[in-house]
Amino acid sequence: MSASSAFNEEKGGSSSVGEPEYGHDPASGGIFSSDYKRHDDLKEMLDSNKDSLKLEAMKRIVAMIARGKNASDLFPAVVKNVACKNIEVKKLVYVYLVRYAEEQQDLALLSISTFQRGLKDPNQLIRASALRVLSSIRVTIIVPIMMLAIKEAASDMSPYVRKTAAHAIPKLYSLDPEQKDQLIEVIEKLLADKTTLVAGSVVMAFEEVCPERIDLIHKNYRKLCNLLIDVEEWGQVVIINMLTRYARTQFLNPNMNESLLEEGSDKTFYGSDEDEDEEEEEKEKKAEAPMAKRKPYVMDPDHRLLLRNTKPLLQSRNAAVVMAVAQLYFHLAPKVEVGVIAKALVRLLRSHSEVQYVVLQNVATMSIKRRGMFEPYLKSFYIRSTDPTQIKVLKLEVLTNLANETNISTILREFQTYIKSMDKDFVAATIQAIGRCATNIGEVRDTCLNGLVQLLSNRDELVVAESVVVIKKLLQMQPEKHSDIIKHMAKLTDNIQVPMARASILWLIGEYCEHVPKIAPDVLRKMAKSFTNEEDIVKLQIINLAAKLYLTNSKQTKLLTQYVLNLAKYDQNYDIRDRARFIRQLIVPTEKSGALSKYAKKLFLALKPAPVLESPFKDRDHFQLGSLSHLLNAKAGGYQELPDWPEAAPDPSVRNVEVPEWTKCSSREKRKEKRVEKPFYSDSEGESGPTESADSESDSASGSEMGSGLEESGSGSESEGSEEGSESEEEEEEDEKDKKKIKKDLKKPVKESESEQSSEEEERKHQRKSDQQKSDSESESDEESDSESSQSESDDSDSEADVKKKKKAAESKPPPKPVKKDTKKEKKEMSLLDLDDFEPAASPQVTPVNSFLSNSLVTDLEGLSLSDAVLSPANISPCSALKSYELLHRIRGEGLSVEYCFSRQPFSPDGNMVAVQMQFTNNATSEAKNLHMEDVKLQSGMRVKEFPEIELLPAGETATAVMGIDFCDSTQAANFQLCTHTRKFFVSIQPPVGELMRPVFLTENEFKKEQGQLMGMNEITEKLTLDAKCRNEHTIVQRVTTAANLSRVPCGSDKECRFAGRTVTSGSLVLATVATKEGGAAQLTVNCEKMVIGTMLVKDVLLALTQ
Amino acid sequence: MIHSLFLINHSGDIFLEKHWKSVISRSVCDYFFEAKEKAAEPENVAPVLQTPHHYLITIYRGKLFFLSVVQTEAPPLFVIEFLHRVADIFQDYFGECSESVIKDNVVTVYELLEEMLDNGFPLATESNVLKEMIRPPTILRSVVNTLTGGSNVGDTLPTGQLSNIPWRRAGVKYTNNEAYFDVIEEIDAIVDKSGTTVCAEIQGVIEACVRLTGMPDLTLSFMNPRLLDDVSFHPCVRFKRWESERALSFIPPDGNFTLMNYHVSSQNLVALPVYVKQSISFFDSGPCGRLDITVGPKQTMGKTVEALMVTIHMPKAVLSANLTATQGSYTYDLATKVLVWDIGKLNPQKLPNLKGSLSLQAGAPKPEDNPSLNIDLKIQQMAISGSLLFIRTF
Repeated sequence: MSASSAFNEEKGGSSSVGEPEYGHDPASGGIFSSDYKRHDDLKEMLDSNKDSLKLEAMKRIVAMIARGKNASDLFPAVVKNVACKNIEVKKLVYVYLVRYAEEQQDLALLSISTFQRGLKDPNQLIRASALRVLSSIRVTIIVPIMMLAIKEAASDMSPYVRKTAAHAIPKLYSLDPEQKDQLIEVIEKLLADKTTLVAGSVVMAFEEVCPERIDLIHKNYRKLCNLLIDVEEWGQVVIINMLTRYARTQFLNPNMNESLLEEGSDKTFYGSDEDEDEEEEEKEKKAEAPMAKRKPYVMDPDHRLLLRNTKPLLQSRNAAVVMAVAQLYFHLAPKVEVGVIAKALVRLLRSHSEVQYVVLQNVATMSIKRRGMFEPYLKSFYIRSTDPTQIKVLKLEVLTNLANETNISTILREFQTYIKSMDKDFVAATIQAIGRCATNIGEVRDTCLNGLVQLLSNRDELVVAESVVVIKKLLQMQPEKHSDIIKHMAKLTDNIQVPMARASILWLIGEYCEHVPKIAPDVLRKMAKSFTNEEDIVKLQIINLAAKLYLTNSKQTKLLTQYVLNLAKYDQNYDIRDRARFIRQLIVPTEKSGALSKYAKKLFLALKPAPVLESPFKDRDHFQLGSLSHLLNAKAGGYQELPDWPEAAPDPSVRNVEVPEWTKCSSREKRKEKRVEKPFYSDSEGESGPTESADSESDSASGSEMGSGLEESGSGSESEGSEEGSESEEEEEEDEKDKKKIKKDLKKPVKESESEQSSEEEERKHQRKSDQQKSDSESESDEESDSESSQSESDDSDSEADVKKKKKAAESKPPPKPVKKDTKKEKKEMSLLDLDDFEPAASPQVTPVNSFLSNSLVTDLEGLSLSDAVLSPANISPCSALKSYELLHRIRGEGLSVEYCFSRQPFSPDGNMVAVQMQFTNNATSEAKNLHMEDVKLQSGMRVKEFPEIELLPAGETATAVMGIDFCDSTQAANFQLCTHTRKFFVSIQPPVGELMRPVFLTENEFKKEQGQLMGMNEITEKLTLDAKCRNEHTIVQRVTTAANLSRVPCGSDKECRFAGRTVTSGSLVLATVATKEGGAAQLTVNCEKMVIGTMLVKDVLLALTQ
Repeated sequence: MIHSLFLINHSGDIFLEKHWKSVISRSVCDYFFEAKEKAAEPENVAPVLQTPHHYLITIYRGKLFFLSVVQTEAPPLFVIEFLHRVADIFQDYFGECSESVIKDNVVTVYELLEEMLDNGFPLATESNVLKEMIRPPTILRSVVNTLTGGSNVGDTLPTGQLSNIPWRRAGVKYTNNEAYFDVIEEIDAIVDKSGTTVCAEIQGVIEACVRLTGMPDLTLSFMNPRLLDDVSFHPCVRFKRWESERALSFIPPDGNFTLMNYHVSSQNLVALPVYVKQSISFFDSGPCGRLDITVGPKQTMGKTVEALMVTIHMPKAVLSANLTATQGSYTYDLATKVLVWDIGKLNPQKLPNLKGSLSLQAGAPKPEDNPSLNIDLKIQQMAISGSLLFIRTF
């Protein structure tokens, strides 16, 4: 390499700015002559005072690094510039340092002090970049310095610096694994961080350093779920993958009850459960009173939270995020819900071919397990002539997996086109695919076979060979019928040269030589002639053929066989020599031959099972989908196994976040802080969705001792009652029981730790569980055995004497069947669910608990029921925490009962409508058909969006539907007829005024401004005395938001609670203020443009607060 | 995660390497070259290769291979998506993503790569953030830099990374505030020999160019959102608003970006804008074949069809083509056996036709199948799905 050319090359792409300068260099001529000095010009430039020269030199050095040239001898010259003022020079020096520090450890230490200074810089970005470079220098001596720096940065004020600290953790870990314990402490600290910026990076660090420490996630699980949507996309991928693993260890298999049933059965979830119960019953010989021996599966709300919060990410532009969510759903979701991912995955098929390649691999695996999921998208897997071969083959794989009796004809027609393709590898793959379709679907076996036989006359030898191999496999299934095909193939031996195909034909003839007794010896004769020129696999098959013929037809073939065996004896290949020796001993009886030769016929002519043509993707799903290991079908380094579902769910209370004790003044600070850190998306709009639940969580966190008390009761501790203090012990006990009952109604998972409870209670729970699964058809319960007479008694009293109460309590779940002595309590509990018509006489102490609970969980469950409604409307019930009203009693409706509740969800088809969720329960013995509404009578201006017709409601089933009503901001009832195929019922829906509004988000200042504009006539003020149980801020909030669909407005004073909303139709503002004073006195102010609404709202809220 | 990146050109030269952890010798690429040798087309190289100690994940973009080295388990799509993002950023910075451009701007490229990954994990991949840190080269700036010795590195520290809206840089100011949205819809259809549509689907993409001052919050709603069957969004779009109101609400990045992709449900069959009559036949007697192709308009809603192009992959035996085109011009590439007929604008009065004979290799058996035709076309000012947009700014 001449000196000047080397110089030019190194200069490379960088601009020629510096040219004139080193032109002046007097020494330049000499420098280039010797190789080791060739960087002297650069050194000189680096030593100069001019930044521009330094920059130019650095640019050239970086260009060298980029091209992979060694520039390590410049290290001393470069490292001097680490403190350079020019920011670009500095950056390039950093680039150089990170690249070469590992090789020049001692010199690299010179730069450390600069970074240490940088770590103290007031500017967060400089702190971050100093830490970044410091941690990237792989010099073991500075490990303690790095550790210190990371620890400090982890508690930095700036989230960006904390993020950088999270990035530095795996760097330090790879440098010195000894530091693991200390690093885990830092990770634990950072995991608790509440900013989206940090979340992704720290989970990445967690995955690299201590993926086994799943216990660190517990406390942060809910936070991570809620933050997920706001985390940057790369972090989302890592978090979702980690949470998939986490969920596998913590939750129960949602499909566990279905795994026994065959795939594709359309039985509903509850139905299957019942089946199992029955089976078990038989085992245990308890014919009567079906009691659930096995716990019905109830999804952990945290499990649901994860599924709900990841679902919108299917819409991400980032293919990796979509894939991560898809694998999460595949591994974690109940079978009925997995379908949602298909559409998103199919969308990825329109992306770059590399993306397609990975996605198709995963789709291929999924399509084996869940065929139905991709069937609607069959056409998306049709092959385009422009696809690369590997994509074509994968699509073929998916198409084959999707083939079934109904679509096979379309698929085969498509395959026919593919066979004509010019891409021979692809044609071969197609032929194999046809073979697989033929084995899997018996109906088309003959068609396929005929098609393949036709291909035998194809001009392309590869096609013929592949067909022969496939036909061989097919024929093995039913050889008797197809001796003519075997004959046809025997003729092919003259032409086909592909060894595999020849071997296949020979094997076929040998195996079925009885079917072609005349041809077989002739084929052997021909083969014996050409034996020496054949490939090894063909030779082996010739020996096989000879042996088999010798055993069946020794008269004709004895000599031929001997000849072949002799040829084989002297073959070059030892396998063939071995085989020949072995076979000779077996088939040719000599005096030496052992006992085995007697069984030679059995050995050779045993019936062989037909091969199962399987997808190469079968059972690949034991690897986590979307992972590198899955793609390679081999465990990659650092792969974390996806654990199996646990038999019993671990204690879910570990995820409960402890609510710190705080006084009221500190609450304000906290709320402010929260506001600042609120994620981007959680602004005013909307109600449902992930951020909403984030809000609700922060709500409960900002709640009170009540919240913590409740959670403790969930984990079964008895002590919590004492926190509330004032009640007598008896009341406490009742209280607690009620809480538990309600919990159950909300379908909270049954916790293991509750076992401390008395056995009696346990039994009752069991009964209730079994009842919940059963449809609550009245007739059924009437028919039930005498042993449950107490139950029917209570039922009767419910239905006849207590109609009114029942109506209030109208709950989705069947009337519970408690043992006799619980009857009284039961009624109480049911009435608790209704606040408005609550008789003040009945133990008021219970109310606050109830109202709190309904509100803290209502938000969670709202979202839950919404997402469920899309997927399987038949399975869900409106959440019990929402107040539901009766539309049609089951007696009046001749077995059909209808309840409705205001779901407080935005009604998507029309924003001006109030969403009314209706639940139909068919208690009759016969099915109801064509449920729809007719003859809507409305006040002028009102509008109704009818619910879609329910075509069939089988006996004992329930169904839900959502309708929208525009009440025009009045409490006028909407009257209409509810029709079944036989009857019509007149019904009406009248909204409480609180449901005619939707919450809006206002700041304190906006609130004050708006309030100022709504004075005078628009303001209604009422004095009241707060109910004894309702004197803290939290309870007030709960009660008001239960009575009216308003949202809380932040407020500086703790004596005031403010709420805001807008009426649904006209959008007029509704503002409510509750100002508390000493001794339970309070003042309620409502400001609203619409005076009627205002007056009615005042009444309702007053009632809610005073009872 | 991502250990190293090698950029390899079409002929197999490594012209750039970048390591985010300790250095990996470029000899690791030999495994890739081996696979590349085996595959006939560069597209056919498997994107993921396993070597004894490393995994190679490759993408092929603009005649370049982006080869990344991964040492431990990492989601392959994660790496692939990132590599494509790198290529997108190059495109965004330099106008194209080619070997010469990357070589010319090697320092900028290196700095970009440095910022995009930290220890193998993506750090800043938003073009807005990167542009704050490393300014894209412009002619003016390179002239100024030459004179002053200035640099491409931003002297202000980037703030975008710190905010909750990482895709938008702070303090944007324009004298002319403008926002443009391009709706590009594509039909992908497979038509069989007899002319029946086997499958057809419409995909759309909304490309935006937004130059607005400050922190604009835009809302965009559709005439008929029900048409949109499946959508994916830029991270700036609020999912929740879409779920509840079917409206796009977002704070846009500054400059060009892809707002959303959508898929139009194809319950009703998509009307294709053109039809093709073709007959390609080969004869047993004599080494020749005949070709006759006519293209005509079908459902164009009165709009003109432009940039019409027919591409045919001929069987290997076809030696040359002697054709006459009534409109446009054709080329036949002997090496790749691809016949390209560039028609241009479709004239409905006089339908373009390509006719003539094909000569086959002597002695070769006659190809038995008809080659497949690919037809590309463009229609301006027409949205096939018929969904229109409304935009509102705050």
